[in-house]
Order: sequence, then structure tokens, then C-alpha cells
Amino acid sequence: MNSLRKPFSFKGILHQQLFLPIFALFLMLIVNVIITPSFFNVSILNGVLYGHPIDIINRASELIILAVGMTLVVAASRGTDISVGAVMAVSAALCVRLLGSNYDSYATPMVWAIVACLFAGLVCGSFNGFLVAKLKIQPMVATLILFTAGRGIAQLISAREINGIMVPGQILYVRMESFKEFGGFLPNVVVPTPVFIAIGFVLLSWLVLNKTALSMYVKTVGINPKAGRLVGLNSTLIIFFTYAFCGVASGVAGLISASRIYSSDANNIGLYMELDAILAVALGGNSLGGGKFSIAGSVIGAITIQALTTGLYAMGVSGDKLPVFKAVVVILIVAIQSNEFKRWRAAYSLHRKAGKEAAK
Amino acid sequence: MNDGLVLSMKNINMTFPGVKALLDVDFSLQKGEIHALMGENGAGKSTLIKVLTGVHAMDSGSIRIEGIEHDVINHSPEEAQKHGISTVYQEVNLCPNISVAENIFIGRHPLTWFRAVNWKKMNSMAVKVLSAVGLENIDVTKNLGEYSVAIQQMVAISRAVDFNCKVLILDEPTSSLDENEVKKLFEVMKQLKEKGVGIVFVTHFLEQVYQVCDAITVLRNGELVGRFNIAELPRVQLVAKMLGHDFDDLASIRVPDYEKAAAESDSPAILRAVGLSHTGTIQPFDIDIKKGEVIGLTGLLGSGRSELARAIYCADHPDKGELFFKGSALKAHEPIDSMKAGMAFLPEDRKEESIIGDLSIRENLIIALQAKTGVFKLLPMAKQNELAEKFIQALRIKAPSHETLISQLSGGNQQKVILGRWLITNPEFLILDEPTRGIDVGTKTEIQKLILKLAGEGMTIMFISSEIDEMLRTVNRLCVLREGLKVGELKNENLDRPKVMAAIAGGDLL
Repeated sequence: MNSLRKPFSFKGILHQQLFLPIFALFLMLIVNVIITPSFFNVSILNGVLYGHPIDIINRASELIILAVGMTLVVAASRGTDISVGAVMAVSAALCVRLLGSNYDSYATPMVWAIVACLFAGLVCGSFNGFLVAKLKIQPMVATLILFTAGRGIAQLISAREINGIMVPGQILYVRMESFKEFGGFLPNVVVPTPVFIAIGFVLLSWLVLNKTALSMYVKTVGINPKAGRLVGLNSTLIIFFTYAFCGVASGVAGLISASRIYSSDANNIGLYMELDAILAVALGGNSLGGGKFSIAGSVIGAITIQALTTGLYAMGVSGDKLPVFKAVVVILIVAIQSNEFKRWRAAYSLHRKAGKEAAK
Repeated sequence: MNDGLVLSMKNINMTFPGVKALLDVDFSLQKGEIHALMGENGAGKSTLIKVLTGVHAMDSGSIRIEGIEHDVINHSPEEAQKHGISTVYQEVNLCPNISVAENIFIGRHPLTWFRAVNWKKMNSMAVKVLSAVGLENIDVTKNLGEYSVAIQQMVAISRAVDFNCKVLILDEPTSSLDENEVKKLFEVMKQLKEKGVGIVFVTHFLEQVYQVCDAITVLRNGELVGRFNIAELPRVQLVAKMLGHDFDDLASIRVPDYEKAAAESDSPAILRAVGLSHTGTIQPFDIDIKKGEVIGLTGLLGSGRSELARAIYCADHPDKGELFFKGSALKAHEPIDSMKAGMAFLPEDRKEESIIGDLSIRENLIIALQAKTGVFKLLPMAKQNELAEKFIQALRIKAPSHETLISQLSGGNQQKVILGRWLITNPEFLILDEPTRGIDVGTKTEIQKLILKLAGEGMTIMFISSEIDEMLRTVNRLCVLREGLKVGELKNENLDRPKVMAAIAGGDLL
């Protein structure tokens, strides 16, 4: 990241890692604008910005935040955290439960509810981190526990009294208007709040990574853990940190989601988000085998995914058919970025050259 | 083919990118002969075997196998097996989670008339196969993983033998076996020998070579040193042949006079180990090292020379014994503790344990210092660049810029970067495990000069190398190790190569 100051190496990075993700995003937007000419129209409606581009960055916020956390997990532990969606649901349920459903005031002050929400994310992330870093369980298996159990926990938190008995798995509502602001708009601000939260989160992560030696530590542990240990790095602690951090990211995303729907729905908040988050990391040109990473790449990846979704909706594809179209596009993007494809291309051009020479 | 030869390889050449791995190597194996293939790391033993078994393709050369009237080129291990060449590798490569019988017959299960596996027949056949190699009382229906490594090794051998092989290659089969198990293995080898199987035996244990082998072929740096009958090659000469005598322009370097001052005066001890050990790699050892001394560790590969150093640095956590560093007890749990006390460790395996491939030269240089200063005190970029430039120049690292990835450098330059990484931390005690392996002569000279210079400035250095000349030029004292045990120390006074070799070889001395 420091190389931004040097045009020479910036160009190098652009060529190596960020070029294809940016290219894919542009391609996506161009296709969108061809099919839906009004795609880039932005207007002000009811005092706030309105239009597809705004929709994309607004809706991409949670995914961006998750992707940042996921990037670090992938880089350090060479594995993925598949529990982020479920952890979002847990955090959201706890937050909404603490706020309570009352029209006059919150049951718990807003600040404490948010702290509890983030803390729930941290606890879940730390649990994953403990399993992966300390007990050396494969990341996929370790996070599978919360992937399945997380929604159960969220449902237990979302219990409500019906006919004298507590029934878990209810949808809890918040009745105070001010809770809407996290997922909606702040008074007199035309840009949706989640965008600010996402930008703030990305900036904060970037500072934490690059104003300390953490970025270098994470890369080293991901590239060569043995060498990392011999130069004095504590890989256990570093991997633990990335999972804990990813948990907090899930907490933030959960807060936004709950605020968006003004309630907590243990079954649907963050559903399948883990897959999108992993995909965002991959689309950003990051290797899922760990090591070097680019936060910027993952952010671009997240926006690309949302641009795809929004674009398909704009084209009139219905929600139930959406995953099919999405899958086709994703396969294309991932295939183009793969090393195998680059090799084939190189081999093909070599083959053609040889063919031409033979023809002479 | 005649003269009872079962295998003959002629003028084998093989190149890896940038390296001549095999140069006109000949190898021949008699029927019913146990033939040791010897050489230090990088001598080309494994490459030769891999060419024979079809893992690598050779550039040129010819391979003849008994009973086949034309040259044979194996393209895959399966093809080699069809031609009668079976291999048992150092690590057992069978499946621990399926039964012993299945492991033996995997891929060629006996079938019933409706194409299902005939378990009964397979199990009884397995019992027969195992008893042929002297393994009885084995429940062949149990999972392989439930048996000891030795048994697993035997199962692997019985499987190899069952392919009606003419040539059996055993690649360091004994490194995970204990004494009794080795004995059992040798019995099996002798039985197979009676049956006329030619056995290629790769090992680092000299003792075993003289117990069981009939002939020895020695390789060095990818070239054939010679083929000898066991009787005509005493142990010391074998070591001499393996280590060889590299011609280089290093003769000018001599241990300067500071050695006496350092080694004999009462300069304080910087490091003292009492009964330090790590189970399975190094038996308890004592060592005293004085400040400003260069101490060498010598011994063949697998003798425990690296393991001793690793135990001191806590790269392998020692499970017994005490370590005193700079006068006080050092209880390290992780390498970072040793680093903070003032140690530095350049490991033997550059690729696996040193270089962080996807990072730049700058990052590779400062990572150890950064780890030492801690995560919250990021070295300012200006400081990083300054350090990187300084060491790139001081060590004459050839690279376009300090932002070049370390993986793009040559081996010698990579090693210099790693050396720089540790010098930046300004250690008082520096461990160098094979710093000159696989790098060109020029760089070797530079590294040796650097060792002498650093020692002159008061740094204490532990130096491990398989090249004896290199050690004789630089060290004050040599510790000799043999099969995991520190067996003695030699002062570098009138010490020469034959004396060191005799000490390394042990057994009957010259």
C-alpha cells in the first residue's frame, strides 16, 4: 500500500492484482448500461439520492465489511470463515433484543446495544479463532460449527412470550424510528448511512493493518508459516486475531442488516452472505490459498457482486431466478482470472505461432 | 543383457532449470545384490532414482532392464512397476485408514464372478504375501494405521515385492525404524537377495551399509564418483568420496590469529548447554561456547548437527536439559524468546524455512527485526528502505531494486538476503546451518569471509557445513556428531581433512 507514492510499483501492482478485478467491475457496469440505458441515472427523491449506482454501493456495504474480514482470514489461515452470515444473525438478534419493542424509548441505551452487538461478533469470532489457531482444526470444519449453531443461537435469543410461554425463533421488532438510521439515512444527509459505515470500516482496517506491522505479519504467516515462526512471529496469535476481527466485521454487518429491516429475523439475516464474502475475496484477485492480499481488491469484488445483483434486478430478472444468472457470470469472471486459463491462453498462442511457422 | 546384470543405466543426463542434476552417471545392479547408493544432499541420489522410476524424464542416456531387449524409458511409476522396478519411499505412502490387505492389493483386488471384491481370497492372499517377507501374526483385516511405522514399512515392501519385481528400491527405509525393526528389515532384504532380487538401498547410516550391502555407488554433485565393492572401500574412504574435494579459490582464507585469543583465553562463555535434548532428533549434549568463537558442527546428514542447533535456538523445543545464555538461564518457549535474548538462526532449508517467497527483498530483510520490535512499532518506511539499501550493498545482493520479490533471485542472493535479515537484528550469537549449500563458489567465499569478519568483531558464530574445508578455514573448534549424539570436540590446531573424516566416520579409525 505504501507503494502508492511510487508510480513505478503502483503500476506493477495494478498489472498484477487489481487490474482484472477493476476490469471485471467496469465490464459489468458497461453491460448494465447497454441493457438498461438508464442505469446510471441518479436523482434526488424525498430528500435522498436515488438510483441504481446508489443502490449498489448502499446494498454492497455489508458485503464490503464482511469481505474485509474474510480477506484477512483467508490470507493468514489459508482457509475461509463460513460462519459470518450466522454470526451476523446472532449479533443482530442480540442488538434488537436489547433495544426492545417500545414506541417511547429503548429498553437498553442504543450505545450499549451496539457495543453488545459488536461484542457478540467478537465472541463468535474468537471462538472460531480459538478452534482454528489454537486447536488447529481446519477452518472450514471449525467455522461449520457456528455456521449451523449460530442461527439456532440467534433463534433462542429471539424468543418472545406467546400465551404465557417463551417461544424462540420469533421475528423481533424495534419500534423506535432512530434505529432505522444505521441502515437508512441520517437526517438531512442524502447518502445512505451504510456507505459511511463501510467506508469508515475499510479505512479503519487499512490503518490498523498498515500503521502497524500487522499487514506484514499476516502475509508472512500466510505465505510461509515455518519461516514466520523462525523469525519470531506468533502465528497462533495472528491467526486468532484475524478470526476475531472477522467476527467483529460480522457484528457490524449484522447491525446494518437489522436496522435495514427494522427488526431481527434469525432465519434470513446474513443468509448465504458467507458465500458472497468468499467470492468477493476471490474476485478481488486474492488467492484463497493465503498469503498476499489486497483489501482494495476485496472491496472491488464486493461491489462487483452487488452490481451484478442490482443489474439483474434492473433487467427484470426475478429473485428466484437470480442465482442462476449470477452463477454464470461468476463462473466467467473466476475462469478468466484463473492461472490455468492464462496458461491455456499462452499455450494456445504458442501453438498458433508454431502452426504458422510450420505452414511456411 | 548378460553377466547377471538386472539393471544397467548408462550416461544418464538430467537438467533442472539452471542446474545440472545428473552428469553422465552410470549405475549397474547385479542379480541378487544389495547395492548402496551414497552421497550427501544434492548429490543426485534421489534424482537418479526418480529418473529410473519415471518421476522425472532424463535428457539423455539409456536404461536396460533384464529380460527386455531394448532400452527402457519409464514415463510414470506405474510403468516402472510394469517393467519390474518397485520403490518404497522414506515416508510410507500407503493409506492408513484402510485394511492391510486392501493396501497390498489396492487397484488389483481379486474379484468374484460378479465383479465384486473377493474379500476372503484377498485376505488369504495377503497373509501369504506378508509371510513371504517374514511378517506373521498380522491381522490383515485391521486398518494399516493401527500398526507401527515399521510394520507399515514392511507392508509397503511386501506390496512392492508382490509385483514380481526384479529391482527393489528402498529410499531411506530405516530412518523411522528402531534397532530391532531395522534388523527385521535386513533379514527380509537378505531373503529377497537369495531370490535374486536386486536391491538399491539409499541410506545415510554408514553402519547399516557395512552390515548389509555388497556394493556401493557414490555420487557427488550429480556426478559419479565410482562403484566399489564393499570390501575395497573402508568407511573413512567412503566418507572422503562422499564429501569430496571441491576445487575452489578459498585456499587464501585462513583462520587468523585471533583464534587462540578467543579459544584459549578466559574470555567469558556466552552459551552453555547442559544435557539439552529433543526426543527423536538429538540425544542429550553439553556444549560450552566462548564469546567471539566460531564453533563448527560436523557429521554426516542425519547425524544431528542441525538438530543440535535447532534445540539451542528453540526451533525444536528441547524437552530436557538446561541452557545458559550470557550467564543466566534461558527458558525459551518459542524462537522469539531466543531472538530477544540475542540469538539468530539461519535454517538449513532455505526454501521451506527461510524465504517468504511472495514478499519483497525489503520485507524479507526487515521481518526478523520487525518481529523483534513488535507489531505496534512499525519501522518507518524510510528506515526500512535505508536498512534494505544498506544490506543490499554491504552483502552485494544482485537485484534490480529492493522491491523485487525474493523468489525471483538466485539461490545465492536469496541466501544473502536471509543472512542480512539476521545481521539486521544485530545478534550476539549467530547460528548458520549450511549457509553455503547450493550457492556458487564466489558467494561461498564471501560468506566465509563474512563469518571471519563478524567473529573478529566479537560475534559468536555456530557454523554447520557439510564441506569440511570450509569449516577448517573458519572455525576454532569442531564438534563431531554421529547418529544423534555429540561424540567429541576437536580443536582446530593442525586439524586436517583426514582427521575430521576419521572422526565423522567413527568405528575403526585410521
